[in-house]
Amino acid sequence: MPIYPLKETRQSPQSQTKAFSWLKDNLFSSLSNAALTFIALYLIYLILPPILDWMIFDANFDLTADNDSCGREGACWAFIDSNLKMFIYGFYPQEELWRVNTMFGIIIGLVVFGSLIKKSQYRAHYIIGAFLIYPIVAFVLLHGGLGLEVVETDKWGGLTLTVVVAAIGIVASFPLGILFALGRQSKMRVVRFISVVYIEFVRGVPLITILFMASVVLPLFFSAGMDFDKLLRALIGITLFQTAYIAEVIRGGLQAIPKGQYEAADAAGLSFMKKTVLVILPQALKVSIPNIVGSFIALFKDTTLVLIIGLFDMLAIVGAATSNSSWLGRDTEGYVFVAMVIWVILYSMSLYSKKLETRFSTEHK
Amino acid sequence: MFTKLKSLLYNNEVRAVLFQLLAVAVIAYFAYQAFDNLMLNIEQRGIRSGFGFLNDEAGFAVNDNFFLEYSPASTNLQAFYVGIVNTLMVAITGIFLASIIGLIIGIARLSNNYLIRKIATIYIEIFRNIPILLQILFWYSIALNALPSARNSINFFDTIFLNSRGLYLPKPVTGFELYIVLASFFIGVIGYVFIKKRSNKKHDETGIKTNTIPHFLGLVLLLPIVAYFVFGAQLEYPALKGFNFKGGIDLSIEFFALAFSLSVYTATYIAEAIRSGVESVDKGQKEAAAALGLKDSWAMRLVILPQALRVAIPPIINQYLNLTKNSSLAAAVGYTELVTIFSGTVLNVIGQAIEIITLTMLVYLTISLVISMILNIFNKKMQIKGN
Repeated sequence: MPIYPLKETRQSPQSQTKAFSWLKDNLFSSLSNAALTFIALYLIYLILPPILDWMIFDANFDLTADNDSCGREGACWAFIDSNLKMFIYGFYPQEELWRVNTMFGIIIGLVVFGSLIKKSQYRAHYIIGAFLIYPIVAFVLLHGGLGLEVVETDKWGGLTLTVVVAAIGIVASFPLGILFALGRQSKMRVVRFISVVYIEFVRGVPLITILFMASVVLPLFFSAGMDFDKLLRALIGITLFQTAYIAEVIRGGLQAIPKGQYEAADAAGLSFMKKTVLVILPQALKVSIPNIVGSFIALFKDTTLVLIIGLFDMLAIVGAATSNSSWLGRDTEGYVFVAMVIWVILYSMSLYSKKLETRFSTEHK
Repeated sequence: MFTKLKSLLYNNEVRAVLFQLLAVAVIAYFAYQAFDNLMLNIEQRGIRSGFGFLNDEAGFAVNDNFFLEYSPASTNLQAFYVGIVNTLMVAITGIFLASIIGLIIGIARLSNNYLIRKIATIYIEIFRNIPILLQILFWYSIALNALPSARNSINFFDTIFLNSRGLYLPKPVTGFELYIVLASFFIGVIGYVFIKKRSNKKHDETGIKTNTIPHFLGLVLLLPIVAYFVFGAQLEYPALKGFNFKGGIDLSIEFFALAFSLSVYTATYIAEAIRSGVESVDKGQKEAAAALGLKDSWAMRLVILPQALRVAIPPIINQYLNLTKNSSLAAAVGYTELVTIFSGTVLNVIGQAIEIITLTMLVYLTISLVISMILNIFNKKMQIKGN
């Protein structure tokens, strides 16, 4: 039997440094790739400098400057600084701002506490309790009553309003969405018909027409004595709209449940309610969580539309602040600032939804 | 007797019928209440009802008007039609631009080149996460600030003008000459389709490929241009009169701001659809194509793309629908499309909210239905055959 002696192992080539080989692989692997690299560099050269100039190098960071002394070369960040309160709180009275802060403080506290007791057996009670009690506390803080001075909703605005509208929209549309999703899957023809018509109708028209409907038409359907608050009308419109989308998301989850689960629940002799609440929905909701977050992101973007029916969300504040004669013509600064704030919120939400998607993914990789 | 009744009550089918009757009764009750209140409110506020207002004189001017005859003396119905046409025009322009940008960004996102890939990713992450209304207002304010006034318009060879009010293009005068040019264009297209079909057939039968690009250039481009010069179709040029340009085709800056923002925003979704389409194709397909000896560009065109598009096109069509619905945000910048004209101006003048908003919604519903019908036909055609 011949014996083959082992050859000495060779060192890996050291001639190329890591950075050099990375550049070669990713930017200059071929002639066309190199050409693309230069095109990309040229694009960056075209786009980036003007933006940086406007935002930083030509901008005026003197926060005491006024509109005239700021100059028109670059951004005037004093505009944002002097209107910051309006961007966050709208026209909420100065001396009551602590109430808005407390409201946001409590919710952050609740979330942090909730994540601390992840393993506790009372976690479900805690979450349900918080969901039931917090909205009441938040409403009293924001609106007033119980000894607090009442702040009418037309004073609400800015980021506060955006968050409030989005949060109420999602919380209110969630149970309704579940109902319509179940209705669309139901064997009862009338129920299914009503659900399908509602969902497809709402998804077929733009949100703005529904908001118009809610703000102009809806009051006509109620007796004259009922005075509808403008914010309430917007909330009704947004909830009706979001319900249809949430229903479709949850329907997707319901369809992902294997038929065997329904049959097993029937075989165990569970009633329809028990089957739905204890067996089907927990699984369906879990599957649809990433899409629910996605739909929440879409809702958050859509809340900006309330400006068209005359509410002062963060975007509308730009118009309000620049129509003030002392800050005429600073809309670009306002839009850029609002865009940055909303972008940070939406981008973190989309990262979160991606994380959820991988966590709940049962696909084989 | 009693137990029999009780067992009937526990029968699933009986329960279903009862439940549905209950649902109908509840809805009917609320509908009746709402209708009752409605009648009362209408009477109290002295609002007219019915669609008679459609024949009233509109009394307002619109900025953008593409093909239709319209003046303030026209009826509300004509204003309605102008609104629909303007909605469709901005939607079609937006869809066209969004498809091009989306395709470029989608391909860039899959590129081997690190920089190109990163630029595409940054583009998507930035524009997807900013509300479309904010983008519309932003680009509109940028355009208003950056572009010159009518007197100092940017002038392209005295035929095309751009200023802060809009873009002004020469307009072909309708007449015999124009019809000749249009006819030659259609003849060219039909001729090219015929030649292309024949060359495809030849390729299928013999494997010989013919280059049809010269035919395309000759028939589709050259023929109408030759016809134009031979017959000399008349063009109407825009000219500065007083404070603004008159004559020619006039596209308002609102139209551009809207179409541009809609396409920039929607392109991010189209790019993502294309990417996920390409990624959905099994890796084995690419390896099999390589094993057959196809070079990369062929493998992409003949193997990957046909399979990727089957996955990518339904979400893209959905995005087209979303773009059309989002075009209703024109109300924020005052581009005179359906919502601005009808749910805005006409509603303010007439006040018949129910009729006006219902009509507006019906238009969008129709568009949605047509698009989902197209989608269904596509899905049926694209189903994997066999198995």
